Amino acid sequence: MATQEVILHPASVVAELKNNNISHVVWLPDNETNFMYQLLTNEPTLDLVPVCREGETMAIAAGLWVGGKRPIVLIQNTGIFEAGDSIRGLGLDVNQPLVMLVGYRGWSRHGLTRDSAARFIEHILHAWGITYYLIETDDAADRISLAIEEAERTSKPVAVLVGTEFGS
Amino acid sequence: MIDNTDAVKLLDSKRNDAVFVATMNANNVNFGLPTITTNEKLDFPVSGAMSKASSVALGLALAQLDRKVLCLDGDGSLLMNLGALVTVSDKAPKNLVHVLFNNKVYAVTGGQPIPGSEKVDWVGMARSAGYASVFSFDNLEDMTNGIDETPAAEGPVFVHLLVKPEIENTPVQFRTPAKRTVHNAINDLSETLGVKR
Repeated sequence: MATQEVILHPASVVAELKNNNISHVVWLPDNETNFMYQLLTNEPTLDLVPVCREGETMAIAAGLWVGGKRPIVLIQNTGIFEAGDSIRGLGLDVNQPLVMLVGYRGWSRHGLTRDSAARFIEHILHAWGITYYLIETDDAADRISLAIEEAERTSKPVAVLVGTEFGS
Repeated sequence: MIDNTDAVKLLDSKRNDAVFVATMNANNVNFGLPTITTNEKLDFPVSGAMSKASSVALGLALAQLDRKVLCLDGDGSLLMNLGALVTVSDKAPKNLVHVLFNNKVYAVTGGQPIPGSEKVDWVGMARSAGYASVFSFDNLEDMTNGIDETPAAEGPVFVHLLVKPEIENTPVQFRTPAKRTVHNAINDLSETLGVKR
């Protein structure tokens, strides 16, 4: 039986960001989004804002948004746990239309995962009432556009879980 | 030591069209920016997410490169977001002035000492993190004489102020509420900056 390569290329994600006129990517690197780095740094329309801890990202994005820019956050699911107070206070409470691209560490379609970062993340997003989309392949990359549209329509944060490590 | 209110008044008197992003003590409705401001439409009070005023200010400075952005930060707040010093210096916005109100205590929770209050060298920390210009004032006279140098200095600028603690002991639910909501502040600020939603 022929197998089909299932992969998400960083170019597909960057194309979605460019199509939506995203101005800044506020991020802390992780395994799932590692291959994005070179492409992001070479993309002149995107300003990369590296942070030291994930809780900074929503706050920096809030300042950019109030100042008229269109930021997106790119972190790992472990960072969502660290950033809870920022998501609450500078995402949900201020109605920031923020899209958070979240590396889904531990995600598997093949049964139970032993990684608690994967086991807890969707429960946490449900608890906060944050809608999320899952992307694993290039075919699903346009869900980033859906997430951006939803965040702007509802004035609420929306998450996009990146359920695979990028292909190079 | 400098009186907290005097420090905010002096900064406000020099603000021109600068945006102020204030946290905790500097944002106290009884003696901080909300009672003193001469241009509340350019004020962004950040008390909804502890410690993140410096990060919000960085975002605003990157979005509004032609406008000064002053962060009125606290020592307890900055300790909770210490990496922000490096994040700021890495992006190095020339229009950001990061003012640290060092009162050595958690003033809004009853005045407990912050960790390392007698040991931490904030000026050295800002320099080591990579701020382009660093100032420090421990009395109002020196601050009054020296504050005009800070906006002209190469940014990002760090201004350390040694201030008297103004302790808040009232339980949160009984405190005087701010007359403006954060939503009002965001709408006013965006509108004043000419941002279309």
